[in-house]
Amino acid sequence: MDRFAELLDRLLITSSRNAKLTLMQDYFREAPDPDRGLALAAITGNLSFNAVKPGVLRALMADRMDETLFAYSYDYVGDLAETVSLVWGIDAEVEAIPGGVSLSEAVEQLHAASRSDAPKVLAGLLDRMETASRFAVLKLVTGGLRVGVSARLAKQALADYGKVHVHEIEELWHGLEPPYLSLFAWLDGKGEKPVHAARAMFRPVMLSNAVEDADLARIEPADYAAEWKWDGIRVQVVCEDGVARLYSRTGDDISGTFPDLLEAMDFDAAIDGELLVGAPDGDTGTFSGLQQRLNRKVVAPKIQKQFPAFVRCYDLLQLGEEDLRKLPFAERRERLEAFVATLDPTRFDLSPLVDFTEWGELDAMRQTPPHPVIEGVMLKRLDSTYVPGRPKGPWFKWKRNPYTVDAVLMYAQRGHGKRSSFYSDYTFGVWTGPEDQPELVPVGKAYFGFTDEELKLLDKYIRDNTIDRFGPVRSVRAEPDHGLVIEVAFEGLNRSTRHKSGVAMRFPRVSRLRWDKPAGEADRLDVLLSMLDG
Amino acid sequence: MNPHQLLIPRPEGLYCPPGDFFIDPVRPVARALITHGHADHARPGHANVLATPQTLDIMGIRYGENFAGASQAIDFGDNLDINGVRVSFHPAGHVLGSAQIAVEKDGLRIVASGDYKRRPDATAQEFEPVECDVFITEATFALPVFRHPDDKAEIARLLKSVRQFPERAHLVGAYALGKAQRVIKLIRQAGHNEPIYIHGALQKLCDYYQSQGIDLGSLEPATIERGSKAQFAGAIVVGTPSAFADRWARRFPDPVASFASGWMRIRQRVKQRGVELPLIISDHSDWDELIATIREVKAGEVWVTHGREEALVRWCELNGIKARPLHLVGYEDEAE
Repeated sequence: MDRFAELLDRLLITSSRNAKLTLMQDYFREAPDPDRGLALAAITGNLSFNAVKPGVLRALMADRMDETLFAYSYDYVGDLAETVSLVWGIDAEVEAIPGGVSLSEAVEQLHAASRSDAPKVLAGLLDRMETASRFAVLKLVTGGLRVGVSARLAKQALADYGKVHVHEIEELWHGLEPPYLSLFAWLDGKGEKPVHAARAMFRPVMLSNAVEDADLARIEPADYAAEWKWDGIRVQVVCEDGVARLYSRTGDDISGTFPDLLEAMDFDAAIDGELLVGAPDGDTGTFSGLQQRLNRKVVAPKIQKQFPAFVRCYDLLQLGEEDLRKLPFAERRERLEAFVATLDPTRFDLSPLVDFTEWGELDAMRQTPPHPVIEGVMLKRLDSTYVPGRPKGPWFKWKRNPYTVDAVLMYAQRGHGKRSSFYSDYTFGVWTGPEDQPELVPVGKAYFGFTDEELKLLDKYIRDNTIDRFGPVRSVRAEPDHGLVIEVAFEGLNRSTRHKSGVAMRFPRVSRLRWDKPAGEADRLDVLLSMLDG
Repeated sequence: MNPHQLLIPRPEGLYCPPGDFFIDPVRPVARALITHGHADHARPGHANVLATPQTLDIMGIRYGENFAGASQAIDFGDNLDINGVRVSFHPAGHVLGSAQIAVEKDGLRIVASGDYKRRPDATAQEFEPVECDVFITEATFALPVFRHPDDKAEIARLLKSVRQFPERAHLVGAYALGKAQRVIKLIRQAGHNEPIYIHGALQKLCDYYQSQGIDLGSLEPATIERGSKAQFAGAIVVGTPSAFADRWARRFPDPVASFASGWMRIRQRVKQRGVELPLIISDHSDWDELIATIREVKAGEVWVTHGREEALVRWCELNGIKARPLHLVGYEDEAE
């Protein structure tokens, strides 16, 4: 348990992707079975218990400690599980035994416990653990384990650990169960590669590269099909022998979030497409609408009705027994068109191809797409097979130019790792209020898009123009005649009730530093609001 | 004698009317008794200073030889009469030379602890409990959530991280007096014999500790030679916490930000500071040590100062010990 707790502690506060990968690989190397598999399940969200409610923890503490002292403690720490982990044993004179409980033993006991037994079992475990392990087990049972590691990153760590390709892990993943003994045996070179046992497995997706200047001169329009790039989320829809699953492009199973769509899935095939909200034959909803449906454990019927989910189909990977991925795109497309025609038209439609003969013509269409939910065009080589990953050449994305706005730098925060001595995260705002007494309202935050040289200049500017400090954050002088204008590029704008400005940017980044522009001439909030309405 | 006649808080600091002296005053006074060399306790500009020889040396290093009009050294355990008040200094275990000050008149003894800890520390004299009528205790970490782990285990985590990330430099933030030398000593005791690089602000104090017989091994200035970042790959660099937020830190390759402090017990604090490897190492007493000490000195009354007074006062009440907060101004809650 202590080794797992140490891993959690370090993952929680490490921001570097590479460092997280190293930490996980070292853990997989050091921890025994079945602990490491259970840890993997915990990180990837595949380990659950009869949840222990905060009230139960408070009651456990009330039996063990003065209420006032506990209240002071909780007030100071701010997190219930963390507070309990720190004060546990305050009433006892005996020290915990390090390494006294293994992760698997803890999991086994907690799984076996009934709802009414759970507090007693938990207390018994806590008695035998040290602080860090207590924190880990409390986070596990309260369901609050957030370690800042995506399932995708955990799979990458497994791949690096076993020196296999991450696609192999993704393909196998949904047929495996904690504690993943066969998987680790294979990665350690001590067992055969597990066979896919699961129905409706995920197939690693094919991705595209962005069109760069030189690319179009090298390729022939006649060799490529073009289609709109829709602004939803890329999904894979798989049905096999009555098992239906919806996957994100990284292979996370998101079926539970879309019961309305799942109901319409009764076929034997695997489709690659874009998840959108609205109605296929009517209005396609915006990304903000789609966000109402994402990352929810339970979706209220009202929300399902207001934002019905559907899939705009791009490609067909499997039909019945036949794996179509080896076929060229043009043939898959024909099969796709015929197949989509057989599906529920309120839940599935076909992403139309775009006719063009020259790049210039397509460029014009890309810049002024016929629908606001289109973010550019895709180019797919007609003879390309469907291969996982991001091969250079067969598929390109050619996005509409980003929106830009001139904003004023308001706050800066120090970065992490390599950037820990640089102010590298920038909060910027636009003007609002009366013309003669304008005020800045924050509209977003950006932490990339600049060169190392520009970072140094920004950092110097911030240190020279600091007016206040709050921990790692500095407030920077930002007045109409004294301030730094940043041209910010972003992909879209959503309405937001959580931000004072009422808008939230998607994917904002620094596009240019406008050292030349007086701060007073930066954009006003109206400019952003008008983009919303468009 | 009523304890409040022997020691009372004043804006300048804790004052003894019959002896006419202050303990750790925050403003210049005629006569000051200093517990230890940290800047919020030991200030320059007093007319007369009484402290342990090492505290006087440290004040000289920090403020120059003219830090006070006159200074007098007192060894641990010696007694001195000041205007009919008997004073003695006793090891506090906080940093090198740090003392508790016992003040005694007409059979009433008050001990002002200054800052203290009970854990073994090879760089400071071990705390000596002094029985007294009134114990004035610090309360920097006086909440039940603060229970410092074994410092050897913390250093083991640092050394493990150095092995895990041999291409990165580990920057350990540590308070210049006491904490830095303790961390370096712990690293040496753990068997790490590579040179340790130190920030310029630590040089004189580290030299002083070495001159007092505390072997810190090979210390080198953390300056770049020939503009090569790579020389710090896999190295441990110790500096003041503020240095690592400064431009100074840019000379190191992909640094791992570490910080040795009792505050690192709280995750929110760790995140706020952008620390990647928190080391929970404190030169103050944790909750368990505070209450053990209160019991051990058998004081009938406890005055609680600088820190989280309310929790410790509450504990004293629950345990039938008379206690009250003593509001002294000017001490840094954050000093670690």
